[in-house]
Amino acid sequence: MKAKVAFFDFACCEGCQLQVANIGEALLDVLDKIDVVEFREVMSEKSGGDYDVAVIEGSITTKHAIERIKEIRSIAKVLITIGACASIGGVNGMKNNFELPEIKKYVYGEDEKYFDSVPTMAVDQVVKVDYYVHGCPMYVPEFVTVLKHALMGIPYKAPEKSVCTECKLNENECLFDRGLTCMGPVTRAGCNSWCINNGNICYGCRGMLDDPAKTGQIEILKKHDIPLEWVTNKFNMYNKAKDVKENENE
Amino acid sequence: MSKNYDIKVEYLTRVEGHGNIVVNVRDNKLEKAELHIVEAPRLFEGMLRGRSIFEAQHITSRICGICSCGHTLASIQAAEDAIGFTPSKQTIELRKLLLHYETLDSHLLHIYLLVAPDLLGVKSFVPLISTHNKVVRRALRMKKTCNDVCDILVGRHVHPISAIIGGFTKLPSVGEITDQLTFLYDMRADMDATVELAATLKFPQFEREMEFVGLVSDDGEYPFLMGDIGSTDNFRYPKNEYKKVTNEFIVPHSSAKFAKHKRESYMVGALARLNLNYDKLHPKAKAVAEAIGLKPMCYNPFLNTAAQLVECVHALEESIRILKELRDRGVNYSEQIVVGLNETNNIEVKAGEGYAAVEVPRGILFHHYEVDDKGKIVNANCIIPTNQNVNNIEHDMKKLVPEQMEKSEEQMTLLMEMLVRAYDPCISCSAHFLDVKYINR
Ligand code: SF4
Ligand code: SF4
Ligand code: SF4
Repeated sequence: MKAKVAFFDFACCEGCQLQVANIGEALLDVLDKIDVVEFREVMSEKSGGDYDVAVIEGSITTKHAIERIKEIRSIAKVLITIGACASIGGVNGMKNNFELPEIKKYVYGEDEKYFDSVPTMAVDQVVKVDYYVHGCPMYVPEFVTVLKHALMGIPYKAPEKSVCTECKLNENECLFDRGLTCMGPVTRAGCNSWCINNGNICYGCRGMLDDPAKTGQIEILKKHDIPLEWVTNKFNMYNKAKDVKENENE
Repeated sequence: MSKNYDIKVEYLTRVEGHGNIVVNVRDNKLEKAELHIVEAPRLFEGMLRGRSIFEAQHITSRICGICSCGHTLASIQAAEDAIGFTPSKQTIELRKLLLHYETLDSHLLHIYLLVAPDLLGVKSFVPLISTHNKVVRRALRMKKTCNDVCDILVGRHVHPISAIIGGFTKLPSVGEITDQLTFLYDMRADMDATVELAATLKFPQFEREMEFVGLVSDDGEYPFLMGDIGSTDNFRYPKNEYKKVTNEFIVPHSSAKFAKHKRESYMVGALARLNLNYDKLHPKAKAVAEAIGLKPMCYNPFLNTAAQLVECVHALEESIRILKELRDRGVNYSEQIVVGLNETNNIEVKAGEGYAAVEVPRGILFHHYEVDDKGKIVNANCIIPTNQNVNNIEHDMKKLVPEQMEKSEEQMTLLMEMLVRAYDPCISCSAHFLDVKYINR
C-alpha cells in the first residue's frame, strides 16, 4: 500500500513547497510511489487527519501553531521537516533579536495586540522530528534522499562536515582570499556548495555545525576591520531560534 | 424567498499562504464579506533594522518563495537608491530578464495548477493527472523550463543566488546564453497550446468599475522593472511618493495591512498593468489578447488570469529578445562582482533613503529603506501587492454576492474562492491571511 503523505506549512515563504513543484515532470514518478493526501498550496483536498507521513515546512511562531504541530505529531507515524524554517528556525528566528512587543509595534503600530506571536522556534523545539531536510530553500536531491529513507524506515542524518569540503571539490576560489567573509567553514554540508558555485558567499542556511571552529574567522574579521556586531548578526541569520529555551513559549 | 448564507472557508487552498473568507447573508441582506489574512506575522521589516544593507536582498527574498526574484529586485533597487549606486546597462537588462522569468513562472503556476482546476470543475491538478494527462505534463514541463533558465541565470529560482547590490556574482557564459535560448524556443509550442487551452476556459461574468494602479513610463517598454506609479484615474507619482497611493491602514480581521488611494480600494496585478500599458505589449502578446477578447478597460477581476496569460507570451518573447541582444553584443565579464558584507569596500556607501517600485507577478511591490553612513539599515518598509488587493477583493465580494443570490451556498463558496484565487493572492507575502467563510443560517 502506498504511504499517505501530507504537507503542512507554518510561518515560512513556502519556497520549499515550491521546490517540490519545480521537480517538473519527474514529479509524476514521485507521486506514483506515494499518495499525497494534503498539500494546501496546490490542492483543495483535505486529508481529514488520515496520513502516515507529515512533511512540515515553516517555523513555529504562534501559540496556535504550537497546538497544531502537536496534533500533527500525534497522528503522523513519521515527521519530516523541510527547509531551514522548520529544521532550525531559519530567517524567522531573526525576530528573536528584538523584544517581541517592540518589533510587533514597529510593524503594526498600536494594533500590534491583534497579532498572536511567540519567539520563533524550529519544529524540534516543540515536537520530535524524525528526519530533517536542510537549506533555504531545501536542496531537492536531499529531499528525495530523505523521502526514500523515510519510506523505507531507515535513519538519515546530514553529514557533519562543512560546506568548505564540497566547495574545495568544486574547485572554487576561496572567498576569504578575496577579503570576504564566508560562512562555509562553520556550515553543515549537503548543498554541494550551491552559493559559492554561483559566485556568492555561503550565508549558512543549512545551519551551524555542532562543533564549529569559529576562532579563525574572528581573526579575519579583525584583519579586515569588520564590526563584530554585523558578524554576530550574520551568524544568527538562520540560527537564532536555537536560543529559545524549552517550554519558554508554553 | 429569503436567502441566507454563512460561508466560512478556512485555510483557503490553492493560494500562496493562509487566508480565510467570511461571507454572511441574512434575509437577503449582506452582513459581512471579509477576506481574513491569518498568516502568522513574520515581522520582516522589524527584523531588518540594524542589519547591513548588503543583507537586505538575501533576507527580503525570503518573504515569499514564489516571488523571491521580485523581492530580490525590489530590494536591490531600493538599496542601490539609498546608498547612491547606479547599475550598468547590462545589469539592468539582466535584471529585466530575471523578472520576465519570474513573471512567466509564477503566472504559469497560477494558470495551470491553481486556477485551471476550478474552471475544469475539479479540486486540484491531481485528478487531472488521469483526465488531462497531457495538460498536466505540459504544465510541469513549462514550469521546469522556467526553473531551468533561472538556475542558469541566477543559480536557482527560489531565492536567487547571484543577483546582488552592484550587479551579478556570476554572468552567463556564451554557452549558457545559448542554452537559455534553446529552452525558450522549445517553450513556444507549449505556449501556443496554453493559449489554445485558455481560449476554451469560461470565466465568471462580473464587472465593477474600479481603479487600477501600476508602473507607467514614457518610453515604449511595457514597464516591469522601472517607471513611475500610475493609475487609471490619471494620477502619477514618482516612486518615493508611494505612500500617497497606498495609505495603509489596519483592520482587526486581517494580519495584512489594507490599502486605498482616492477611492475605497484599488487593484494591482496583471489586469492593472494590461489596462494601463496595453499598447506597449509585444505584438504576439497583443494578438493573444485580441484573440481572447481582452482589451482595456477590462473591469472583470476574474480575467486577471487571462491577463496573466497575455503577459506570459510577452515575457517569453521579451526574454528571447534580451538574450539575443546579449549574445550579439557579448557579455562584459569584467562587471562580475561579489560584495558579501562589503568588507572590501567594493561599493561606496553613503547615508540616505532609497525606494523601489517593481511590477512583480501579483502587482506593484514597494521597498523603502533608510540607511546610515555605514550601510546599516535604520528603517525598512515593504508594501506587497496582495496587501493592496485584499481591500479591493472585499469590495468585489460586496458587489458580487448580492448579484448571485440564486446560487446555492456551495456554489457561492466556490465563486468566492475563485474570485480570491483570480487575484493570485500571495498570503505568505502579505503576512495577513485569507479565509472564506460562507454562513447559511
Ligand atoms: S526554509 Fe527558506 S525557502 Fe524554505 S520555507 Fe523557509 S524561508 Fe522559504
Ligand atoms: S569559499 Fe567559503 S565555502 Fe568555499 S572554501 Fe572558502 S570559506 Fe569554504
Ligand atoms: S552554500 Fe551555504 S547558504 Fe548556500 S545553500 Fe549551501 S549552506 Fe546554504
